[in-house]
Amino acid sequence: MGDLWAIYILWLRDLKRYWYDKPRILASLGQPLLFLFVLGTALSPSFKGPMNINFSEFIFPGIITMTVLFTSIFSAISIVWDREFGFLKEVLVAPISRWSIVVGKALGGSTVAVIQGCLMLALAPLVGVKLTPLIVVSTVLGMFLIALAVSALGIVIAARMKEMEGFQMVVNFLIMPLFFLSGALFPLDRLPEWLAVLTRLDPLTYGVDLLRGFMLKINAFPMILNFSVIVGFCLVMMAIAVFEFNLAE
Amino acid sequence: MDTIIEVKNLTRKFNAFTAVDSVSFSVKKGEIFGFLGPNGAGKTTTINMLCTLLRPTSGEAFVSCCDVVKEPNRVRSEIGIIFQDPSLDDRLTAEDNLRFHGYLYHLSSRDIDRRVPEVLNLVELYDRRKEFVRKYSGGMKRRLEIARGLLHQPKLLFLDEPTLGLDPQTRVHIWEYILKMRQEHGLSIFMTTHYMQEAEVCDRIAIIDHGKIVDLDSPSALKAKYGETSLEGVFLKVTGREIRQQAGESSWVQWMRRP
Repeated sequence: MGDLWAIYILWLRDLKRYWYDKPRILASLGQPLLFLFVLGTALSPSFKGPMNINFSEFIFPGIITMTVLFTSIFSAISIVWDREFGFLKEVLVAPISRWSIVVGKALGGSTVAVIQGCLMLALAPLVGVKLTPLIVVSTVLGMFLIALAVSALGIVIAARMKEMEGFQMVVNFLIMPLFFLSGALFPLDRLPEWLAVLTRLDPLTYGVDLLRGFMLKINAFPMILNFSVIVGFCLVMMAIAVFEFNLAE
Repeated sequence: MDTIIEVKNLTRKFNAFTAVDSVSFSVKKGEIFGFLGPNGAGKTTTINMLCTLLRPTSGEAFVSCCDVVKEPNRVRSEIGIIFQDPSLDDRLTAEDNLRFHGYLYHLSSRDIDRRVPEVLNLVELYDRRKEFVRKYSGGMKRRLEIARGLLHQPKLLFLDEPTLGLDPQTRVHIWEYILKMRQEHGLSIFMTTHYMQEAEVCDRIAIIDHGKIVDLDSPSALKAKYGETSLEGVFLKVTGREIRQQAGESSWVQWMRRP
């Protein structure tokens, strides 16, 4: 009971911070909007998708994944800020278990990411993607799984990263590759061998495919595979995060 | 049991450097116990081990009869800490910070509604409770931090360099409250300081230098032992060098020492 309470409190903190910081809510939608409307519109004429899907529609699930990816990773990495500004100490000396800190943080970051994702999802009519209640519910669920997996990854990084200096490195060498290789912006069936291999190594690929399956009913992989990879990745990262937090002194 | 802290041969090494070197002492319930020493003597490292933030390399420490390594959560629920460095969430309001703290320490909503205004009034921040902490000055943050450490009415309070950044009025005010809590709830206090005047408040002082306790007694006994009139003189004799400190803080000390 105590642990569930602590998870709720830490989750609440992240949501409060998010709610107070309204400029950030809008600012973080800028980049996905550029991708969706500028890149989407510009490349649409030269794109031949399956079932007459245009490029904007095709990348829409990918852009939502991108929003979720960036929001959850920033949220998880804020642990490094908490360490730098001392707040992490306040949490670490509180009578709560280490794993509840990790889970609370992951859930808080994920919830914020899903809200941001939903703001993007609301643009579906502009892009021409049809939404039904079932599509909305399944997409939100998919977003949440991706968000949780990415948050857990972010916490693992944050547990090792002692200063914000390393942050740019993480973005350039981890987050951007995760995004670019995920097939968010291109179909996976016409790639040269080397690129095809890389995309299949990227866990986010299965997340994008999951959302694409839910929203557009087109898939590169079986849905059960997408689902399993994301859930599996999430569990492994969560376990490592808890382990590292227990280890940290 | 009449001890709140029991420490045996506590040691902490950082690679080759020994920050705390086989330290042993005990603190009685209701006592104000001080660690006096220069910067880098191992004071904060000791506090961090006692409040479960840092694992000892060797040795044992018990807080309220709970092992700090084996039962960290039981230790954590007994203590309150006022850190040397800020540890507030500056993206939340002052009130948010306190309520959040209350929830983390499993206070009921009713207790939180009662205690939050109480401690905010104590540090004279009630009128500014809705402001974001990042808008606060250094001294206000410090006061809020102290309010937070007292919020859940801990049995043992750790004060790491408590007077840093406080004006004399606030300092007197806060000490008054702490001493009241000691009288009413048997609060024990473990504090570190490198201000001699502040050390005078303690019932007993451990003089620590290079990670070792070089002497331990009441301020008056220490002064008598070394034939000195001030703790500064004692420190000088014991460690063979002078401690850095700020002057001009004697008025509140006289207040503290009043019968």
